Amino acid sequence: MAVSIDVDKCNGCGMCSRSCPYLALVIEDKKAKWLEERCTLCGACLESCKFGALTGEMPTREVPDFSDYRDVWVFVEQHDGALHRSAFELIGCARGLADDLGQKVAVAVFGAEVKGQAQDLIRHGADRCIVVEDPGLAYYRTCTYTHVLGEIIRGYKPGILLIAATHLGRDLAPRLARRMGLGLTADCTRLSIDPEEKILLQTRPAFGGNIMATIVSRFSRPQTATVRPGIMKALEPDATRTGEIVVEELDMAECREFTHVLECVLQEKKRADLAAAKIIVAGGRPVCSERGIEVLREFAEAVGAEVACTRVVVEEGFLPVEHQVGQTGQSVRPEVYFACGISGAIQHKAGMDGSRYIVAINKDPDAPIFGVADYAIVGDLFEILPALTRSIKGS
Amino acid sequence: MNIVVLVKQVPNTHDVRIDPKTGNLIREGVESIINPEDRHALEAALGIKDRLGAEITALTMGPPQAIEVICEAVATGADRGILLSDKAFAGADTWATSTALGLAIKRIGEFDIILAGRQAIDGDTAQIGPQVAEFLGIPQLTYVRDLEVLEGKITAERVLEDGCERIEAPFPVLLTVLAALNEPRHPTVAGMLRSASERAPIEVWNAADIGAKALDVGFLGSLTQVTRTFTPKEARNTRHLEGSPGSVAAQLIQCLQEQGIRLGE
Repeated sequence: MAVSIDVDKCNGCGMCSRSCPYLALVIEDKKAKWLEERCTLCGACLESCKFGALTGEMPTREVPDFSDYRDVWVFVEQHDGALHRSAFELIGCARGLADDLGQKVAVAVFGAEVKGQAQDLIRHGADRCIVVEDPGLAYYRTCTYTHVLGEIIRGYKPGILLIAATHLGRDLAPRLARRMGLGLTADCTRLSIDPEEKILLQTRPAFGGNIMATIVSRFSRPQTATVRPGIMKALEPDATRTGEIVVEELDMAECREFTHVLECVLQEKKRADLAAAKIIVAGGRPVCSERGIEVLREFAEAVGAEVACTRVVVEEGFLPVEHQVGQTGQSVRPEVYFACGISGAIQHKAGMDGSRYIVAINKDPDAPIFGVADYAIVGDLFEILPALTRSIKGS
Repeated sequence: MNIVVLVKQVPNTHDVRIDPKTGNLIREGVESIINPEDRHALEAALGIKDRLGAEITALTMGPPQAIEVICEAVATGADRGILLSDKAFAGADTWATSTALGLAIKRIGEFDIILAGRQAIDGDTAQIGPQVAEFLGIPQLTYVRDLEVLEGKITAERVLEDGCERIEAPFPVLLTVLAALNEPRHPTVAGMLRSASERAPIEVWNAADIGAKALDVGFLGSLTQVTRTFTPKEARNTRHLEGSPGSVAAQLIQCLQEQGIRLGE
């Protein structure tokens, strides 16, 4: 019992009742009475009794001992046996974290037939690859995957778990976190290890990228984060790397799946592959015209670049959404990013400021985009881009 | 049929500015709105009510002024509104928030469908829907852009990164929806009068009302803590290129070549 009342000392003065925000202490027959079901154990009443009639002990929160939780884990996303590109980025990130901790990188990959991918994951930086194969894992299902990943981490006790912040990852991670009692940080763009506490510092944008917040999980393990695709760097594959491959058998009958997939339609359209592009030519509001898109495309073609844009260009219907870079679009990190007529709203910069070189072309000398540019050109993109196109074609 | 709609009051982030001295959000003068995707969730509930009949409860957690979004939901057609408000709820992460919302839904009682926006524009986490679904032990359908209610079950079209899928789920079920799902209606004058009246079907619940303990909710019940907030830094040495378009083009090509990048190859 958390609160007890000594009826011999209680004179029914009501001080405790007035101190309680929840009506959990009432005076009945001139004696205080504690209503357990109304009590939130907040402790507000503890100092209220001047007669020593009310005593209690409130639970406190302690950080459990996590010393047997170790290694940095990556949940590997696959579709039809093909690995999602985020897997290598997350392994690259996990490698750095594991090296800082002096621990290993482990990956978990599920599917109907995925063991063949294990070597590739090891070449990209994993030390250990946990494989679960079952026909029921061929296609992502929320509760099935939550069950399998939950059982795996229950057995292995990872210190850190990274999941890509894709549609799939953002469906799976919160479900898993709630089931396993894990703190979860969404959509991280930077991860590092605190040098003193040795805990994971999880940094993410909030308020549309206006603010960055660094978040820690002190009360649960593994420290779990979803990681925005396109931000972390994959390692160059190293064919000489070796690692351990473990095939786990799980009882799938224990898992309850509620839903039925009636149909799945994958679009075969040629997608703008911005994530893999070495050079990106992106346009903002001024390219919202047929002529604007043409100028952008001509230059992009001349330099072998992919075309991208800001949100407004998509909203105005000049380019499809898969070309959009920024907080609500894709994150990219090409060798060179040409920002043409882009003012540099924080939401856009959040998706491209990892680019190696940024060239900004804008008529407005005060445009915020110049703040992240390596090369700043104050001028009209309708003059500068054709001049660049001509110079490149001429040389 | 009973439907619960989860809504959140958010600052209109297009207005959000940072105080350059303190690095804090400037909240003064920033308009508070219903999270945009939550309006689509409410509309989905109202659409079901129009066709099949339903009792809709709008539920939010927030400071006292968050009653505004509950009033708006009732004015738009929700039958009942509940605000979870208590100092004990403050500072909650998504774990503690989903605990409070889950306990409140259990107290609401019978429900067939829970609807929410995919994510809120202030946090962008998209975690609350799945976490509430898991708390209640019911299926979740996220990224929904189309749905159809059938006898005892629902089918929904979910947007995937490279396509879409149609899923069937039994009741009770939780859905998080995209703006593409529908066109939200506006509050009616009669609805606004109803939501502002003394007998408005609106309640405010505290931690004790939902049977929560102080250590389960709010800051104390959170599994994550924010240790630092800051404004993103921009550190690049910007080189300005000036002259005629032709000259600027030549300079840029030269500069990139010096960095080992040859355009057009």
